[in-house]
Amino acid sequence: MTRVSEHLNQALHDLMESDPAVHLLGEDVSDPYGGAFKITKGLSDRFGSRVRSTPLSEGALAGVGAGLALAGDKAVVEIMFSDFVALAFDQIANFAAKSTAMYGRPVPVPLIVRCPTGGNRGYGPTHSQSLQKHFIGVPGLSLFEMTPFHDAGGLFARMFALGRPCLFFEDKVLYTRHMYRLDDLFRFELAGDVARVVLDGAAEPDCTLVTHGGLVHRTLDAMRTLLLEDELVCELLVPAQLYPVPRLPGLEDARHVCVIDDGGEGGSWSSEVARVLYPRLWGGLRRPITLVNSADAVIPAAPHLERGVLVQADRIRAAVLEAVS
Amino acid sequence: MIVTAASPQSLRPPPSDRDLRSLLLIRHFELALLRLFEQGAVSGTTHTCLGQEYIPVALAPLLLDDDFVFSNHRGHGHFLARHAEPYGLLAEIMGREGALCGGVGGSQHVYHRRFLSTGVQGESLPVATGVALKLAGSGALACAYVGDGTWGEGAVYEALNMAALWRLPLLVVVEHNGIAQSTPTPAQLAGTIGARAAAFGVRHHRVTSTDVEEIRSELAPLVAAVRSEPSPLVAEFVTHRIGPHSKGDDTRSPEEIDRARRSDWHTRYAAADPERFARLDREQQEFVDRLVAEIAARPPATPPAPSASAPAPEPATGRRP
Repeated sequence: MTRVSEHLNQALHDLMESDPAVHLLGEDVSDPYGGAFKITKGLSDRFGSRVRSTPLSEGALAGVGAGLALAGDKAVVEIMFSDFVALAFDQIANFAAKSTAMYGRPVPVPLIVRCPTGGNRGYGPTHSQSLQKHFIGVPGLSLFEMTPFHDAGGLFARMFALGRPCLFFEDKVLYTRHMYRLDDLFRFELAGDVARVVLDGAAEPDCTLVTHGGLVHRTLDAMRTLLLEDELVCELLVPAQLYPVPRLPGLEDARHVCVIDDGGEGGSWSSEVARVLYPRLWGGLRRPITLVNSADAVIPAAPHLERGVLVQADRIRAAVLEAVS
Repeated sequence: MIVTAASPQSLRPPPSDRDLRSLLLIRHFELALLRLFEQGAVSGTTHTCLGQEYIPVALAPLLLDDDFVFSNHRGHGHFLARHAEPYGLLAEIMGREGALCGGVGGSQHVYHRRFLSTGVQGESLPVATGVALKLAGSGALACAYVGDGTWGEGAVYEALNMAALWRLPLLVVVEHNGIAQSTPTPAQLAGTIGARAAAFGVRHHRVTSTDVEEIRSELAPLVAAVRSEPSPLVAEFVTHRIGPHSKGDDTRSPEEIDRARRSDWHTRYAAADPERFARLDREQQEFVDRLVAEIAARPPATPPAPSASAPAPEPATGRRP
């Protein structure tokens, strides 16, 4: 059984071994430290100057990555906590993403900005956020997120192949979880980009849930309770690509759709998913798509307060119950 | 900072015809742009480099084909001194057929071969640092033009720190014209640029001459060291913008503008060799007149094809209830 952190680390080893044009830069990424979450462990020992611990300069870090990409190489940049990607917004939104199209011809910018993200670890207001929503709708920029169902090496290859900068979110609570493992109630399959988690042998679900990688386990907990205590069958769709929102399969017959997003409510990824789904599903929807988000609030450090702000399994359960009953 | 123009006799050796042509092409190109704006023939904004033309012309032979040049909002001179593509540049600025970047980039966003400009202050320096990281050891360098106002941006310091730490071939050319849009440098910059470079252990050289040959002989060994060591260099030109920041927005007093004009290379060069100067000046003016007439007569630039990676719209396939 491989933990997500080990899986990511192995994928980076494989990526750097297979492609000598790939550089990796970030704060404290070099050995023996190997990154704040150890995702880059062993890379600098193995790949020398292609792996660089940098000064505390997120903006320049993203810019240097874009420069390497512009000069014909490829770059993976690690932002230690995704909260700090705000410091790199200009480089990402105004340079790296725009450069792909603002010079009148496609300019490839193979750049992956890795963003350890999310809360439930008691790190407090500036080390716990899910900032995906702030990067939605930037022309030339794609957003991806690690999930327990998608091979990270495949995702890295896809992101580089796009030739445009990508933010890659990795929820910190996912690092200690295992890849590809589900409890015995559920099984998953990949339908294109999207992991589809279904109840083994069940008929049509009462509700189809859509969420991103970091919320998978909390959502599965809710699905288990909904089944065992409320006798409601849910299906779950987990896209690795968050933006542009990919084709979400099998929704034409959905009785109800609920999008669950750890970002704060308002201008969120969940509302972007709903925006894409409404015109497609309008004729068949029986009620509005349910959006479940973290509260529009600062994320507190104290665990009991943090729990109340971020999306938890009981809130997902309550939202589904309220919508379908 | 005002440097009084030296006497005409000091232009030794005299500029080549090639340099004079380049200087005068840029001068007439920029003057034509201001006229076109007044006539409403150009939209948006533009930033001319009147008075500063000699900087990229002096640097032109010091920069090689493999070097990557990053320019800023005031970049027409940087471009024209490096690439003989005045048609493509004017078409880009006017949004006409043959535009270098399909009319998308306009005056401030040009990417041609190894020349790239961006419109956000300080943004190019980290990118240039990344390019320099790739070029280090190859003998090529990354050159980034910035102004004195750019030193207000944190990105400059992040990039300089990295370039010094990692010993990268980064040439930072500072066009210190003493005014950031409307704000005089003493009101926006504490300390000096030289002391800033020193704080990072980065070599700094201050250029006060407007004589292209003199500037080249001063800078050639320093630029060679950028390539060979490699190491970053801040080359600070004390210069004067004799035109407005963009168009018709000069808030300086007539006396101040006069002072800036007195140090214009143009006056000195004209006085040093009046007959040759007048001939080449007429030649470049006539060339730019023809250039403007030709580009203005072209049809609008056609929009570029959408990027292959752009998302396709979702088809509506919902059932009817």
